Amino acid sequence: MIRPYLAVFSARFRLLLQYRAAAAAGMACQFFWGLIRMMIFQAFYENAVGSEPISLNQTVSYVWLSQGFIMLLPFRVDGEIAGKITSGNVAYELLRPTNLYNLWFAREMANRITPVLLRATPMFILATLAGWLRWPGPGNLAAVAISLLAAVLLSSSISLLMTISMFWTTSGRGITLIISPLMFLLSGMVIPIPLFPDFLQPVFRALPFIGLIDLPIRLFVGHLSVSSAVGVLVYQLLWTAVLILAGKLLLQRGLRRLVVQGG
Amino acid sequence: MNAARLYIRYIGISIRSQMQYRASFVMLSISSFFATAIDVVGIWALFERFGTLRGWRLAEVGLFFGLVNVAMAIGDAFGRGFDQFYRKVRDGGFDRLLLRPRSTALQVAAQELTLFRIGKLTQGLIVLFWAAGVLNVTWTAGTILLALFAIFGGATLFYGLWVLQATLCFWTVESLEIMNAFTYGGAETAEFPLSIYRPWFRRFFTFVVPLACVSYFPALAILGKEDSALGSSRGFQQAAPGIGVVFMLISLQVWKIGVRHYRSTGS
Amino acid sequence: MPQILVENLVKTFRVARRRAGALGALVGLARREYRTVRALDGVSFSMEEGELLGYIGPNGAGKSTTVKILSGILVPEAGRVEVLGKTPWKHRIETVRNIGVVFGQRTQLWWDLPAVESFELLRDIYRVPQSEYERTRDELVELLQIEPLLDTPVRQLSLGQRMRCDLAAALLHSPRILYLDEPTIGLDAVSKLAVREFIRRLNRDRGVTVILTTHDMDDIEALCRRVIVIHEGGIFLDGTLDDLRARVTRERRLIVDLVHENGHISDPDAEIISRDPRRLTLRFDPQRVAPAKLIARITAKHEIRDLFVENPPIEEIIARLYGEKKPSTMALGSYT
Repeated sequence: MIRPYLAVFSARFRLLLQYRAAAAAGMACQFFWGLIRMMIFQAFYENAVGSEPISLNQTVSYVWLSQGFIMLLPFRVDGEIAGKITSGNVAYELLRPTNLYNLWFAREMANRITPVLLRATPMFILATLAGWLRWPGPGNLAAVAISLLAAVLLSSSISLLMTISMFWTTSGRGITLIISPLMFLLSGMVIPIPLFPDFLQPVFRALPFIGLIDLPIRLFVGHLSVSSAVGVLVYQLLWTAVLILAGKLLLQRGLRRLVVQGG
Repeated sequence: MNAARLYIRYIGISIRSQMQYRASFVMLSISSFFATAIDVVGIWALFERFGTLRGWRLAEVGLFFGLVNVAMAIGDAFGRGFDQFYRKVRDGGFDRLLLRPRSTALQVAAQELTLFRIGKLTQGLIVLFWAAGVLNVTWTAGTILLALFAIFGGATLFYGLWVLQATLCFWTVESLEIMNAFTYGGAETAEFPLSIYRPWFRRFFTFVVPLACVSYFPALAILGKEDSALGSSRGFQQAAPGIGVVFMLISLQVWKIGVRHYRSTGS
Repeated sequence: MPQILVENLVKTFRVARRRAGALGALVGLARREYRTVRALDGVSFSMEEGELLGYIGPNGAGKSTTVKILSGILVPEAGRVEVLGKTPWKHRIETVRNIGVVFGQRTQLWWDLPAVESFELLRDIYRVPQSEYERTRDELVELLQIEPLLDTPVRQLSLGQRMRCDLAAALLHSPRILYLDEPTIGLDAVSKLAVREFIRRLNRDRGVTVILTTHDMDDIEALCRRVIVIHEGGIFLDGTLDDLRARVTRERRLIVDLVHENGHISDPDAEIISRDPRRLTLRFDPQRVAPAKLIARITAKHEIRDLFVENPPIEEIIARLYGEKKPSTMALGSYT
């Protein structure tokens, strides 16, 4: 039963692997960017009083991890799926004997995992050699691995939800254009979430976006202990379940609308 | 019709084309506003947490931030033709430009004036005016002119970077993202005073990609601060934005080399 | 003095070689290997003002490379080219002022604007004086019957409508030379005829020199007195359509309509190549057997209603030239 989804996943994976030159350029750019961000935080920490919620070393590791995981963010919708929805050709997809949402989900997962692996691996090697990225013990690492997988699921469910919203928005990429920059801020890409003022922390906790990058990274740098990993996982998976459910419902409605209107 | 008037004709057409997609324009403008706004929130949060940055206050960083983002919004809006040039190389559209009896740089430059950059421009101006009001700066004709000069120099510098990126397309279209390190990465760098970075990094953004000349140095002169880190003179600080213009002129010469390369190797 | 002169033109390209496998791809990132391809290898021809030339050859044979060199876009390795007395790549701007180019698959019109606005911009780009512009535009609009299309955004035009507007756009500056690259590709039958008729009149009435590259052999047969066939970077043939046929094959066709259904004809000098219930097509070599003799032999032996001799269709000639088996692939333009 799972084979068609695996096939979609692996085809996509191999296709994306072909853009190696682009990946190399992208990585060099991310690396340079990481340097800039690291120096900015180092300069700010000269004023540290010792009561910061996250240490300088943790922040520096956080910077490099977030640079590596940046492609985990669902800030791009899958152009092919989006094209099918806006053109109405999605109706033909219904002829396939597979579940449309699950098929797209497999595709999205490949869209996330491939670029992350391509960018993260060399970047982490460099950052480790330079002494900027400090690795945790095996317990934390195992927790990080599991929560990263959950982050892939969460990210795929968010990006599919944005894609499916295009059944209703007429102006192309519509809502995703506005959500994407906000997601950057809310997931910890701009500055580590713990560095935001304490009174803002409940806002971040009430939204799903810290599950994408911030929580796995906090497990990595030791800001969260192994014992809190279960909580992190439950948080990520609950949000994923909610968003998948919403996505499936919306897809059903969108398709019905399409069929009723006759494309 | 001379080049300047033809350029204006082209831009008029570009604007009318964009106005046919009004909803898209609104969305893109809001998105552009937010993309800059999240950096403002980040910087604010860091000052909230740490108080100062090597003696610099939030409002002072706001001046850097405002100058560089306003300049970049303008440079991006005008330089979009070069930014998107890889499409023309990929689909053969550049041949069409060569078939017309006009300079290629003029035709590429005139492709588009991107209106949605107004989002970034607005955000930059808000921060700039806020900083200008909060800072202890007496705004005279001299300092206002210097601020405008810095913005102009910055816009031409970013424009030059887009020209260089487009020139790179004649050799490779796959590795263009590397230029983002200098454009967007450069802008991020110039949002903070140059003195906080390591020496090699400062030299890079002073002598190779001279972003410091359009933000750090003129901002020091506006603030009336001494350059304790690099020891630049006041006169240099006031003249520095001119280097942005020079950078653009050099970029346009490099562009010609790229066109020559294309014409002897392109298919 | 010919209007276009090409002597020993040579142009090579470097093509990056891809390595196989993931490891090869990684190596390829660091060090690329190139292979040199000779797009043009000693091409020579000349054209007088007012000629209409069909420039044909398979994809990648060097057709568009020639056109790009003639218009000053590309610089060749070796060879002499003069267009209107000037070397195009040294005088790009002066050269392109006198030429018009239409690419069948790409429009030069601004996508979101009505065609008339593109025309006005082209007027300014080419510095055409207003009175001259108006005269030329009105003429073209009438000839191409595009008056009702002028105010519609180009993206809403059909392919045939757009092609007519593109033809007008390429001619607003009254060029003396026109390059047409697949001008009928993808068009419906009516538009194809209209485009052909326009090209014919332009060449005949205004004396515009035309170089036409196409895969549609109907275009060639309808328009071209002279054809150049280019193959693997060199000129295979420069002459008339009949020269082309003679060069490729001496073969003639004998079409026989039978009185009775499913009849048969056998002759030692002719071979049946297709059969319908009432019609047989045979091929023969006129040097082996004179057509009159063959006809006499066949009418003596069989009951015949009608018969006639014809040349093999040009598609087939071209297909044979390129070593293709199926003629239909060569005439792609007419079926897509």
